[in-house]
Parts: sequence; structure tokens; C-alpha cells
Amino acid sequence: MQYVGAIAIKQLFDEDSSYLARLIFVVVFSIILMTADHRTNMLSGVRSLFSLIIYPLQTIASTPVDAGLWLDGQMNSHQSLINENEDYRTQNLLLKAQLQKFTSLQAENIRLRSLLKSSRKISDQMLIAETIAVDLDPYKRQIVINKGQRSGVYAGQPILDAYGIMGQIIHPGVPSSTAILITDPSHAIPVQVNRNGLRTVLYGTGAANFLEVQNLPNNADITVGDLLITSGLGGRFPEGYPVAVVKNIKRDPGQPFANIIAEASAHLEQSREVLLVMGLARETIEQEQEQEQEKEKDSHEQ
Amino acid sequence: MNNKAVNHGGIIILSSFAVAFILNMVPLPDNLENYRPEWVTLILIYWCLALPHRTGVFTGWVVGFLLDVHLGSLLGQHALVLSIVAYLSYKLHVRIRLYPLIQQSLIILLLVALSQMLILWISGITANAPGDWSYWLPSLTSMLIWPWVFFLMRFIRRVYGVN
Repeated sequence: MQYVGAIAIKQLFDEDSSYLARLIFVVVFSIILMTADHRTNMLSGVRSLFSLIIYPLQTIASTPVDAGLWLDGQMNSHQSLINENEDYRTQNLLLKAQLQKFTSLQAENIRLRSLLKSSRKISDQMLIAETIAVDLDPYKRQIVINKGQRSGVYAGQPILDAYGIMGQIIHPGVPSSTAILITDPSHAIPVQVNRNGLRTVLYGTGAANFLEVQNLPNNADITVGDLLITSGLGGRFPEGYPVAVVKNIKRDPGQPFANIIAEASAHLEQSREVLLVMGLARETIEQEQEQEQEKEKDSHEQ
Repeated sequence: MNNKAVNHGGIIILSSFAVAFILNMVPLPDNLENYRPEWVTLILIYWCLALPHRTGVFTGWVVGFLLDVHLGSLLGQHALVLSIVAYLSYKLHVRIRLYPLIQQSLIILLLVALSQMLILWISGITANAPGDWSYWLPSLTSMLIWPWVFFLMRFIRRVYGVN
């Protein structure tokens, strides 16, 4: 036993100096990688490649929650399912009635826009995805969804749920993608107040459902209860979707800006199904094509 | 006498890391989130102590890299930190093996707290650093859970003859 121990220790000491060299190499390499990832976008391919390894583990990790939900579904009594079905039917009927009005309003909007020679707006196409129940970094607000580049997911693509904007995709992987929520401290979304069109930017705070407006002065026309919708500026998010409702305004005369806190409309922490806006990139391309056609027609007429 | 120097049980090491990853990922209720021990770091430290000629700086780096891919942090952040943890475990392993379990747990506390501090530094430079004292809770829970992890992994290592 001692003989074996002595051999083992001898081996270790021989490797000692090369061990430190290994550490230094690895530290330098990591710093280069971090700088590259922080400043440029070069490593996104590497990340999506390795997400293929992580994805099975994430799927396994989400099975307790999935199993719980499945069991919950199995336990539902026949009667409660019938009741739920009835509720959905009535909701569906009401929504369809509202939709009829919406379709005619949309057509009127397109006519008015073409009268003003503004570019036509095409309604957004949506892709449905599910969130994978895994916990990521507790200090960032990020989620994983089960659609990847195969389904046409791209970086910067907006996500929303039935109640409002949730965030955008940051790392499109192959089988899955990571998305950042609007409440993440490093996220900001351009919005406008629904009531009067006042434009501002909504920043994430890191807190679960709250965002803040940082750059409105004390005399800005904004009140508690105002709905903030996307303004479409920046080209990232489609215009007109609800983002948050103003919850609290503190106007300190000594401060240059008002302290405004808003609560997100989307059910950020609970939604299982999310919608990805598919058409946004196409919409801008079609707009450009139409504008080119208009210019050609004008030049022909001359 | 068995003179073969074949490495047995690579599958066991891989599976233990896979299980550690899954334990890191399983969703917990929001208020318990900060009490989660750093499973991946603990398993890495165990293997570096038990099999220093086999798991070391490079293993720590690869595991940290995969952790970066999962968490969405900067690529290389956890990789850097876990390779340092692996190196320190290697340096200390001869002594730690002789320590009583309580002292071992204290060393584990220091190692995990060090890894958390390095991650906090890097996050502070590049992104938003969390400001709560509850950020450090994982170090405490990792220390408390170390004895179980140690005994369980030692049992598995002996049963499967990992060397």
C-alpha cells in the first residue's frame, strides 16, 4: 500500500509544474473567450452548438414540473372539464365577435394609410412555443423555449403571451432558444403611453414583474393606471402591443426625473405558452419592395 | 495483482456531472431559489480530490463552459472560475483527504465562496451584479450538504471501481 502511495505521489509531483502551466493557459483562453463574447457576436454559433448537449439535460430537469402538470390534468373530474370547455366556448364566441370589428378597422386603417401614402402594414404572423421549466441564473430574467433555428427563430425576435410583450430571443439554439424578459436589468423597450402617445423607454429592474421609466421629467403627462404599449421605434418590437401598466409615480422636486414604476401586462413568471412574432423581418422587406415599386412607377410617369 | 492502468468508470464520472447539472436546473419555488447548493462545483471538487490524475483543470473548464451555455452567462465565465476551483482542489487534495469531515466542509465553504466571488467580480465588470446578501447562501448550503455528497460519491466510486 505504501509503495503504491509513493508512486502516486511521485507522479503528482512530476506533473506539478505543468499543472500550473495548464491553469494559466486555461485562464488566458477564458479571458479571450469572455472578451469575444462580450464585445462581438462571433461566439453565438458556438453557443448554439453546445446548447445541443445542454438541451437533453434541460428536458430531463423539466420532467418533474411536466409530470406534475400531466398528473393534474389526469386528475380533473369530467364535470370540471365540461365546465372549462363551456367557458372556452363563450370566450371564443366573444373574441370572434370582437375580431369582426377588428378586421374592418384594419381594412379601414390600410385604406387611410394608403391615402396618406404611408407604407402598408401587414398583420404579424405568430409561432407558438412552450417554455421549458428550468431555472436559469436567478439574477437575470431569462427563459428557455422549445423552438430553435429549425423553426425560423432568430436573435432579437419578439416574444409575447396572451396578455402582452414578454421579451426577445437572445440565443437561438438548434432545438431550443434562450430569451430575455423585459424585466431583465439589461433590457430596455421603447414604449408609448396609450392615452396620449408620449414616447419613452421602459427598463427592466431585475424584479419579477416590475419595470421602470427612467427618463421622463417631473411634469410629463403620465398618471397611475396608464397603459404603456410598444411604439415600434427601433424596429425590434411590433407596434401597438401592451407592455405594462403604470403602478407608481414618485415626483420628487429635487430630482430631475420622475420615479415611475410599471407592472408588466404579460404573465412573465407563469406563462407556459408563448408566441413568437414571425413576420417582422419580412414586413420590413416587403415595405422596402413596395417603396421601390412606388419609386419606379413615379419615375416611369415622368 | 491487477497491473493494468486502464481508466475505469468514465461513464460514472460523466453521469455524476449530468445529474449535478440537472439538479442545478430543476425549477425551485422562487423563495427557495437562493438556497440551492452549487451541485456542479461540489461534484467537480469531489472528483478532483478523489482522482486528481484524471479530473483536473481541463475537466473544470469544460464543465464550466457547459454551465455558461446553460445559464446564458458570458462564455468562459464559469469555465474560468471552475478551472481555478479545480486547480485549488488539486493543490489541496493531499491534505484534505486526511482532514476530519467538518474541516473538509469548511474548505468546501471557502472554495465555493471563492467561486461565487470570482463570478460576482466578472458579472460586476460586464453586466449587472446582484447586490443581495442572499447571493452567498449557496456557499453555505453547499458546505452543509458536502458530507452527504462526499459519502454518496465515495460509495459510488468504490462500488463501480472508478479510478
